[in-house]
Amino acid sequence: MIRQHKSARWFFLLVILHVIVLGAGFFAAYDPAEQDRDRPYVPPMRIHFVDATGKFHLRPFVYGLRVPEGAFDRYEVDSSQPIPLQFFVTGAPFRLLGVLPCSRHLFRSESVRVYLLGTDGYGRDLLSRILFGGQISLFAGLLAATLSLLLGTAIGTMSGYFGGSMDGILMRLAELCMALPWLYLLFALRAFLALSVSPLKAFLLIVLAIGILGWARPARLVRGLALSAKERDFVRAARGFGASHFYLLRRHVLPQTRSVVLTQAAILIPQFILAEVTLSFLGIGIPEPTPSWGNLLSSLQQYSVLASYWWMYLPAAAMVPFFIGYLCLSSSLQDALRTAKIDS
Amino acid sequence: MVQKCFHQTLHVIARFGAAVYLALFLTAFEAAPQATPDSHAELLVATSEIGQRGGRLVLSLRAEPKTLNPLVASDAPSREVIGALQADLVHINRGSQLTDPALAKSWKVSQDGLLYTLRLRRGLQFSDGHPLDADDVLFTFRVYLDEAVHAPQRDLLIVDGKPLEVRKLDAQTLTFRLRKPYGAGERLFDGLAILPRHILEKPYQEGKLSQSWTLSVPPGQYAGLGPFRLKEYVAGQRLVLERNPYYWKTDSKGTRLPYLDEIVFLFVPSADAQVLRFQSGETDIITRLGAENFSVLSRQAHGYTTTDAGPGLEYNFLFFNLNASHPNASPESDRRQSWFRNVKFRQAVSAAVDRQAIVRLVYQGRGVPLWGPVTPGNRRWSDPTAKHPARSLDAARELLRQAGFSWKKGLSGEQILVDQDAIPVEFSILTSASNADRTKMSTLLQDDLKQLGIRVQVVPLEFRSLLDRVNQTKEYDACVLGLASFDADPNSDINVWLSSGGTHLWNPSQTHPATSWEAEMDRLMQEQLVARTFDERKKLYARVQQILEEYQPMIFLASPDILVGARNTVGNFHPAVLEPYALWNVEELYVRNSAEAASK
Repeated sequence: MIRQHKSARWFFLLVILHVIVLGAGFFAAYDPAEQDRDRPYVPPMRIHFVDATGKFHLRPFVYGLRVPEGAFDRYEVDSSQPIPLQFFVTGAPFRLLGVLPCSRHLFRSESVRVYLLGTDGYGRDLLSRILFGGQISLFAGLLAATLSLLLGTAIGTMSGYFGGSMDGILMRLAELCMALPWLYLLFALRAFLALSVSPLKAFLLIVLAIGILGWARPARLVRGLALSAKERDFVRAARGFGASHFYLLRRHVLPQTRSVVLTQAAILIPQFILAEVTLSFLGIGIPEPTPSWGNLLSSLQQYSVLASYWWMYLPAAAMVPFFIGYLCLSSSLQDALRTAKIDS
Repeated sequence: MVQKCFHQTLHVIARFGAAVYLALFLTAFEAAPQATPDSHAELLVATSEIGQRGGRLVLSLRAEPKTLNPLVASDAPSREVIGALQADLVHINRGSQLTDPALAKSWKVSQDGLLYTLRLRRGLQFSDGHPLDADDVLFTFRVYLDEAVHAPQRDLLIVDGKPLEVRKLDAQTLTFRLRKPYGAGERLFDGLAILPRHILEKPYQEGKLSQSWTLSVPPGQYAGLGPFRLKEYVAGQRLVLERNPYYWKTDSKGTRLPYLDEIVFLFVPSADAQVLRFQSGETDIITRLGAENFSVLSRQAHGYTTTDAGPGLEYNFLFFNLNASHPNASPESDRRQSWFRNVKFRQAVSAAVDRQAIVRLVYQGRGVPLWGPVTPGNRRWSDPTAKHPARSLDAARELLRQAGFSWKKGLSGEQILVDQDAIPVEFSILTSASNADRTKMSTLLQDDLKQLGIRVQVVPLEFRSLLDRVNQTKEYDACVLGLASFDADPNSDINVWLSSGGTHLWNPSQTHPATSWEAEMDRLMQEQLVARTFDERKKLYARVQQILEEYQPMIFLASPDILVGARNTVGNFHPAVLEPYALWNVEELYVRNSAEAASK
């Protein structure tokens, strides 16, 4: 029971994180593609409660920035005037979850643009970009994992349940699929496609590519389970009573694979998020100006960015809680599975 | 950068009396005389600061030079190395952008501008000690003009269809006859390395000239008149040059130049790795710095100085595909091309471009906005008084309205530009994936055009396939590219402007000019080629720029500054905005306290 609690805890953490990313429009103050061309590479702004004169403010505030003459990315903090943050105010319109028109934002300020996590080289708000980028990267991971688990489970159960030559062919295919250098294949695939791909198409292509290439591992796991499940006494009994293949698969074989599939999901999702990040980092993923965690990190390929602007690493830091959440969920699911087995 | 070559519609007749010299190829077998530098030679006295002899400089090159043969070299690393190994008759001073005497002590131009008489310095020797005379010059020009050799310089020697005619008057004097006056005058001779006949005549007779003088040539079989000579080449690692004891320049105290004992070129493939090597002190000079790396270096400078030499000659621009429609092109791409052909559409795009933002965000302020191909770095040809329209989205919208475009409301309330048939205006911009600056420029353009309701996709492509699309298949909408002239003279860009030119990017290699304004540009460029006075040429070229500004076949964006760095011990370091930036006065560079430097 205790272990079940543990996995519930991780699950809860992940739900919170996903809600934040889903509500990016609300939590982010600005449009992620909006450029503030006078403010490239602004370092993260600090939230203050106590101003320069030592006076305490109940409402948190930030200080504005001054650009010294001739400077490009050096800013001076203008501490003469505190700029209070406003909460739950109307701002730029956006669509919550991509459908609901909405214009409330968690915070913003009327007089200056607030960059809590700084800006990138085009003066775009990094916080907004990380949140909106998370939508792309997380859902690419989720959708791709769903796709590959569906494929993997279907192929795995068929292969394990029916066995024989079908099993042989499908499993050799899975091995082939795992042996392929898929990164290079994707590069080749990109070269064949039309020159310009809209962000939505690029997103679907990535999901398809990662999902279809990722079926082999879950398929092999599920096959093993199906192989042992079909020899269980109650399955044999059901078959003896004349149950159809479809009934047996649905009622007896598939339920046995459930916990393994769930664990696999928790492992595959972060893996596929990382795959999207890799593809976008290498420039064959989501095109600019749409943010994704991968193309947010791709500016780090330049030494000058690496050496000068530490906040450009923040998208990588944003990924960490998600990965920890998913990996811990998967290991606690595995533990739960083991105890469940011992119990039975 | 697109390598420029010049296609003029002219042919060459090598008019040298080949038979006269046939017997002389035997001299190639003679051992080089054990010569010492001629103490009575007519040397050029440099006016630069007096330095110390000795020491060596280490530099990095982006790639291994492809060759050391000036007849075939076209890549930047090869040109940079050959520049230190070879010399020309008349040299363009990269600092002043004017011509200086080099191997030729003096020259005279006849009244009609057709006959150049050049007098060689007396007592010059190649880097192997073999003396130079007029026959070497004759041989050199015969080789450059020989069609079979395919020298990239050949097209420059053919003015208005006629090749240059070279005659020897005596061992020291030569005449060069042109069929038509050449506007740029003696600049013609810059970059034409004078070759050693005693070494190259044999391979030339055997037709193997273009294969000789590769990187693996034994140093003893390589000779030139430049300040340095070949010492050692280690594949994949470095190329070492040593002092040429026979070099023809001295400083004002009478010390033979060059000052340096050695120059070492390291092959460091990435710009970031070059920065790290320079920072750690492994290299002494760094050139071709990007603005971002420049500011990284400037911020933590210790022991070295970074220099912003001002805007160079590179111009970056956006151009649209104005080629004739492809026979099996899709209707969508035909429709897009019909937008691009509309002059008002191009003018609107130009009016919407925020050039100041490009300079600020891409070059961190280390560059200048451009409205034409002549950058302020080109001191003689640029016009600092010219006025340019400020960025105006309203003007752009008005132009689009006049061109028949209109706006409609999109799904989330944004404005979408549509053409007469209510089709949304969308296109893609190609950029070179390896060039972060231009990719960034395209992303800024994307945002500028979004404000007009135009949806733009930025497509970073590998450079070769980008050029392939622009020049061969012509399957693209628009493209952001940059060109860097190697001389501050419009002739070096002539085949960008001539409609028959291979670098006439928006519609290359036309047989007949497609539009009347391209025909006018052709005429103006041909006229300036043979115009006699500088003012006349400048007026003609100004009209070319006017046409470019009116018809916007290229929407000029910005030009970066030339950014370099050098260790504080390097003396006489005066980077120029012309190639080879920091090495143009390589013979005058020296290392302060070379004893101390050597002990390191």
